[in-house]
Amino acid sequence: MYSFKDITDGIDSILHLFLNDTFATLAELILAGLALIGAYAVLALTLIYAERKICAAFQCRIGPSRTGKWGVFQTVADMIKILFKELIRLDHNDRFLFRVAPFIVIIASMCTFAALPFAKNLHAIDFNMGVFYLIAVSSLGVIGILLAGWSSNSKYTMIGAMRSGAQLISYEISAGLSLLAVVILSGTMKISEIVEQQSEMWFIFRGHVPAIIAFFTYIIAGHAETNRGPFDLPEAESELTAGYHTEYSGIQFGFYYLAEYLNMFIVAAIAAVMFFGGWMPLHVSGWDGFNYIMDCIPSFIWFFGKTFACVFIALWVRWSFPRLRIDQLLNFEWKILMPICLINIILMSLIVVF
Amino acid sequence: METLEKRLSTLEYVSVENEDDRTTVTVAPEKVLELAKILRYEEKYDFLFDIVGMDYGDEGFGVIYYLSQTENPARLTAVKTRTGSREKNELDSVCEIWESANVYEREVYDFFGIIFINHPDLRRIFLRTDWNGYPLRKDYDFESNSIPVHNELIPDMETSHSVYMHEGHEEDVTRSLFDSNEYVVNFGPQHPAMHGVLHLRVSIEGEEVKNIDPNFGYIHRGIEKLCESYTYPQILHLVDRLDYLSGTMNRHAVCLCCEKALGLEVPPRAQYVRTIIDELTRIASHLLGWGCMCMDMGSITAFVYGMRDREKIMDIFEETAGGRLMPNYNIIGGIARDINPNFIRRVKEFIPYMRKMLKEHHILFTGNPIATGRMKKIGYLSKERAITTGATGPSSRASGWSNDLRKIKPYSAYDKVDFDEVLRTGGDTFDRYIIRLDEIEQSLRIIEQLIDNIPEGAFAAKTGAIIRLPKGEFIQRVENARGQFGVHIASEGGKTPYRVKFRSPSLVLVNALKEIVPRHKIADLIMIGASLDYVIPCIDR
Repeated sequence: MYSFKDITDGIDSILHLFLNDTFATLAELILAGLALIGAYAVLALTLIYAERKICAAFQCRIGPSRTGKWGVFQTVADMIKILFKELIRLDHNDRFLFRVAPFIVIIASMCTFAALPFAKNLHAIDFNMGVFYLIAVSSLGVIGILLAGWSSNSKYTMIGAMRSGAQLISYEISAGLSLLAVVILSGTMKISEIVEQQSEMWFIFRGHVPAIIAFFTYIIAGHAETNRGPFDLPEAESELTAGYHTEYSGIQFGFYYLAEYLNMFIVAAIAAVMFFGGWMPLHVSGWDGFNYIMDCIPSFIWFFGKTFACVFIALWVRWSFPRLRIDQLLNFEWKILMPICLINIILMSLIVVF
Repeated sequence: METLEKRLSTLEYVSVENEDDRTTVTVAPEKVLELAKILRYEEKYDFLFDIVGMDYGDEGFGVIYYLSQTENPARLTAVKTRTGSREKNELDSVCEIWESANVYEREVYDFFGIIFINHPDLRRIFLRTDWNGYPLRKDYDFESNSIPVHNELIPDMETSHSVYMHEGHEEDVTRSLFDSNEYVVNFGPQHPAMHGVLHLRVSIEGEEVKNIDPNFGYIHRGIEKLCESYTYPQILHLVDRLDYLSGTMNRHAVCLCCEKALGLEVPPRAQYVRTIIDELTRIASHLLGWGCMCMDMGSITAFVYGMRDREKIMDIFEETAGGRLMPNYNIIGGIARDINPNFIRRVKEFIPYMRKMLKEHHILFTGNPIATGRMKKIGYLSKERAITTGATGPSSRASGWSNDLRKIKPYSAYDKVDFDEVLRTGGDTFDRYIIRLDEIEQSLRIIEQLIDNIPEGAFAAKTGAIIRLPKGEFIQRVENARGQFGVHIASEGGKTPYRVKFRSPSLVLVNALKEIVPRHKIADLIMIGASLDYVIPCIDR
């Protein structure tokens, strides 16, 4: 199977020709960071374009079609526009927190992004407690959202932020518990090991019924964590105009926008890693010919293919479902989803033990 | 009507006049409240259709109350009163008897300066508090309001006042609308879910709505005042712009009113085409209402589906009438031009298409568990409250109040077709939602029966070059997509009317929000507002 190890090792040895160990490592860190930021931006643009086209298809429309062939440069043009837009300064608000809030959101999202295994040996952050790191870092974003709502000194943003706080913190529990089921099955929190363990068969097939339940609860809870319909209450357009980011303009708003799309990608990617083996091709033990053909498909195509399949489900749901009400949303989490997750963990433990 | 006459003949302060389709009761201004109580509680006049303010010149100001009984809805009873001199401008409020009088009396106060004693909230409704004079009075000075050049504070945002009689003299009581520690959020005038420029001030506690205060007038164009200087054919063009989603029906009402006054016989061809056009407009309006409601609940795809199907109707209008949203099609005496040769074919193609799409709409939204979970048992409006708030149309038929004028008092070709008045009994948001889709099906039935039988012949009756209505007061009601739309024309015999009043079904629907919304969540406020389906330009006029 093709591996990115050659490229990364090549860069490593070239750097060592010029620099000593410390500076070489530093340079590698910077390069990896830049690569991740670049990938983050490109992915966001792709996702926005994909969403606009897919949603247009759902709605019997054409979608962007003027800028470039099939409108592919529409999101690039939008990005350039948003970079040049004025950052509107508000009176009577907390300037410092107002400026800091979008950074917290986007940094939380980027930190999670860095821990994803994009392909074989293309994995920036890989600890022995990777899953825990993912859950922990992705929940930082809610601080940025709460700060944004608070510091804008506006009633819409305040309601949006409070909704967001209630929603994100609640659904994180279910998302974490669903992932815990997979951790029980694999016996490790290290992401690379979780992926390796799925070389025989993906967890969604290996984990019997509990893994399937965990997948669905994770998709629902993860979807709620991204603030997208039918869980888009914090920015419910028809109720709160834009929710917590009502008062933001220009690239500050752009940060929220990017983070929203990337969070959707991250949730889909975690689902792909935990349940569908990440970059691991589909292997069936005994079918060597089949396995060989599967291995010929590059690993990053496997990863992105699985992730985009999950993203598509998210888009499909978002564009066909109406929004929940806040009490229904919280009832659903605390009275239905979380008990299911807890029972599911017990089931999974029983399966692992016996 | 005999019982009414018998009852009223015992009172010495009223005089009763009977015409073929309405009863006029004239009463002294001091006795209005007394008579109103008799009519409401003894004679069961539970529906206040409209209150029309009048300026009778030297005879002072007048008010006409149009009343109706739910048991005998076809007949309107007009209660007229006039103050006698221009200095006297006080009347007793009938708010406690009919809830809908709240907004109607505010409107009369705004335009004529008639003070309603004991009205709980006597603010101006469309104009600002710093407006000088009362514009619909005949002696109104057009120069009295200069264009403001400063950005001044508007005091009417915070307080309301009422006038009470206390030991023989008036007492003006000012009160603030919201407590200082209430969390008041503005919804509108610029807001994605306010269908037009409605301004709702909502006092909330957490997610729960405590109190709501609608604020009108952001798109007030003074159409009623404009009408007084326009000829009758010119007025027709303004009427389309009231409720732009049921423009043809509003225009139909004015045409019918003028035709009735003139005694014109409208050719059957025109009557059939008018009915078909009205029903197509109703379908278009309900599709948009359905789509907007879905969008307000977060389902944007449904909105696009609604718009897609509505487009077919707009295309039919464009081909036949030239206009899409404002077809400008009805004229006094008939229709402006004959139907396009393709009209019948395209309408016949549209009927099966729409039936198919209705199924799809039900699959997309009605069957969705989130949608039903949000709509069922939310926003309950009882039948009694619907009647007293004056909420007509699909919104009140969902509460079980039968008030479809197409059935009660058929006009044009409605007496020649067989259709059902859709009634539901739940009175919740889901009923108000589903009733619109069911009405689309009934409209299709009406069109189906008419489209093959459009009679040959002239499409418009001959009228003089200048249309002069005879002296008198005329009223016509039609059923538009939102409820009962009424036109009241008072003519002095000239080529322009003396006074025109439009009864907007949307105004009372917004007022009904105050009834329904408290103790619901913010999300429900938006959804209930969408389910009532009001159109703001019709309110503000």
